[in-house]
Amino acid sequence: MADCKSVILVGVGGQGAILISKIMTNGLIKAGLDVKQSEVHGMAQRGGSVSTQVRWGKKVYGPVFGEGDADILVALEKMEALRYAQFLKPDGVAIINDYQMHSTSTATGAEEYPADPIGAMKKCFRTITVDAAKIAIELGNPKCMNVVLFGAMCDSLGVEGIDWEEVVKETVPQKLVELNVKAFRAGREAAKAGK
Amino acid sequence: MKHLLSGNEAIARGAYEAGIKICSAYPGTPSTEILENTAQYKDVMYSEWAPNEKVAAEVAYGASVAGSRAMCTMKMVGLNVAADPFFTAGYMGVKGAYIVVSADDPSCHSSQNEQDNRHYAKAAKVACIEPSDSQECKDFVAFAADISEQFDTPVLFRVTTRVCHSKSLVTFGERTEHAPATPYARNTRKYICAPANAYLNHPLVEERLKKLEEYGNTTAVEIGLNKVEMNGKKVGVIASGIAYQYAKEAFPEDTSFLKIGLTYPLPMGLIKDFASKVDKLYIMEELDGFMEEQIKAAGIECVGKELIGNMYELNAELIRERVFGVKNPTVKPDVAPAKRPPALCAGCPHRGFFYTLAQNKNYVVTGDIGCYTLGYAAPLSCMDVCICMGGGFTAGMGMAKAFEAQGVTDKVVFGCMGDSTFFHSGLTGAAEIIYNNGRMIPVVLDNRITGMTGHQENPGTGLTLQGDPAPMLNVEHTLEALGFNPVYVVDPQDLTAMKNTANAAVADLKDGKHPAIVTKRACLLVKRYKFQPSMCTVDRDKCKSCKKCLKTGCPAIAFKDGKAMIDRTQCVGCTVCAQVCPFEAIYKEEK
Ligand SMILES: Cc1ncc(C[n+]2csc(CCOP(=O)(O)OP(=O)(O)O)c2C)c(N)n1
Repeated sequence: MADCKSVILVGVGGQGAILISKIMTNGLIKAGLDVKQSEVHGMAQRGGSVSTQVRWGKKVYGPVFGEGDADILVALEKMEALRYAQFLKPDGVAIINDYQMHSTSTATGAEEYPADPIGAMKKCFRTITVDAAKIAIELGNPKCMNVVLFGAMCDSLGVEGIDWEEVVKETVPQKLVELNVKAFRAGREAAKAGK
Repeated sequence: MKHLLSGNEAIARGAYEAGIKICSAYPGTPSTEILENTAQYKDVMYSEWAPNEKVAAEVAYGASVAGSRAMCTMKMVGLNVAADPFFTAGYMGVKGAYIVVSADDPSCHSSQNEQDNRHYAKAAKVACIEPSDSQECKDFVAFAADISEQFDTPVLFRVTTRVCHSKSLVTFGERTEHAPATPYARNTRKYICAPANAYLNHPLVEERLKKLEEYGNTTAVEIGLNKVEMNGKKVGVIASGIAYQYAKEAFPEDTSFLKIGLTYPLPMGLIKDFASKVDKLYIMEELDGFMEEQIKAAGIECVGKELIGNMYELNAELIRERVFGVKNPTVKPDVAPAKRPPALCAGCPHRGFFYTLAQNKNYVVTGDIGCYTLGYAAPLSCMDVCICMGGGFTAGMGMAKAFEAQGVTDKVVFGCMGDSTFFHSGLTGAAEIIYNNGRMIPVVLDNRITGMTGHQENPGTGLTLQGDPAPMLNVEHTLEALGFNPVYVVDPQDLTAMKNTANAAVADLKDGKHPAIVTKRACLLVKRYKFQPSMCTVDRDKCKSCKKCLKTGCPAIAFKDGKAMIDRTQCVGCTVCAQVCPFEAIYKEEK
């Protein structure tokens, strides 16, 4: 599908990838595009690795895609970028949160947490790095890390004519609009610097 | 306006629009959100969590016999539990529409096998409908309801994980009411499954299948349930469900398609006609060659499973690779990620139980399905077998009987299951243990909720699906009523109490009694229990690096610079690690 774009969002259960895909799909629908989004529920919640796929275009068929099909990979945790790297097209872009979460196997020392996941990704792909956790903490709420990351990725989506800031405002809970707009702007700026 | 809905949300909307009155279900991934969403229409539609799938299938069937449109939903293994009423409902037929939703899980994302439930439709000789996106999920529920009433048949509405959990755009319609045309009247000839009636019903069932097939060739095409898309003569694809979407993407634009929504009985006339119009015919379906085998048996030449296989999910890329031999280029970084397996949450009440039992190598633990299945994983490594819901008690019974028969005396069998599982299918197992003098200890891990599937109410929680208060069935009283004595209730997070209770129960068992244990502590994710988190800290001077705390498998504990360290973003202060530490190096912070 030449006119169909695909994004894979990866991270650890509970990191808030769902909100990112919600902002994305809300904007894309507003732009009049066909949109499909897919995620897996169940076991994934228990601190495991999770992935969500979003696709859009004039007409989208499959809600999920295979290896070498993603235009963009967004990783909320840096080791997870490695786990799903084969989904990214060789000329695709990786947007990685410079944030580390141990797994039960690395925390106990059964396995090593890889030394430099971002470096390894950079050798293979065009990569944008942001420290979304640091930015979110500076803004006063570590939970808005996901919106920082959305800000960082939105210009890579390559969809014209969407006012993403407006979409963020409409999607996040009323009480948190101000914080999330700041998070969004900060992420967008950081991506420009993090190329 | 279009709405971005998951397939499950769309099925719920479809049930609303189709005038369904009664919905019953037991949760199970990937089906759970269907009833969570029908519940929002409670003014016009009744929705409930049943204790198990057999109950759900029977409640919905009773509603149908009374003349109301009814639906039950379940994950695919749930239909194994509900198979008994499902088959006989197939013989007796319906009054109000009767829809059985089976959510299959190719690739076993959250399931214990990969069974393809379309076989159930064929075995029970009832209609099977398969949607391929959210719009179809909604629209096909109405078709299913009409077919059920028109042909006097249950309809198996078969969806798969990617249909259930993918979101796509849906246009809504209005609800239509379907009150029974005539007042309820007893009809024993139809609704009593006595052998004489069953004998008479079988020919009607065979007749029904012929009529349904004809419907598939004709009306189903007119309404878009089956669809012919002629684009070229060279290649034709017959596809169903999500595989249709993948095939549309993977095959060239001049490929013709026969998309089948009514996949049992197959519209063989339509298929023959389609096959005759293309040079080469492919069958694209996930899991088994359900359509393909029947199409081949009808003498039609086609290819499918020998190329795409009968295991795991498909996607467009896999079809391109397996059918056309073209593979996307990929790049793999030269660094591999470490594993990130799911684990019991920090503060999970199940941890104390498994940690305690793991200390005695003679304890055999027969487990069950729920969050606590993770008790099998390292480092807890405290489970011997887990087969299906309810099996925790009864597989344990079998092991205990076998040990007795073998003269093995040093093993003690603990059979465990959660509260939701206890009400699902533990009661009959408990009766078995008492009736047949089981020399084992049943344990109910009562965390006050159906945890694994995302916190659904159950008969023990005191609330219904629609949010109304309900009687709270009590696990320990139930065990007592069944004849267990003594029944211990213990906080599994108090490791001393947990250990003493296990020891006491073992002594009771040796005395010929029937002890049972209920570990009681609410899952800390259940909001109404207002869990007050606190924090544990490691005193680095006291830590002797013995790594005993790591044996609890708590995701909040790591080792850093040779000493234990507690992740403050994850710790909730349950103190299990502090109780385990031999050097009192871990303490709970004062507020
Ligand atoms: C027959 C069947 N129905 C449904 C499921 C899905 N399922 C798996 S675990 C579970 C809930 C278990 O709840 P509970 O026993 O209370 O344990 P918890 O997860 O709360 O520890 C369900 C419904 C299944 N595996 N098998």
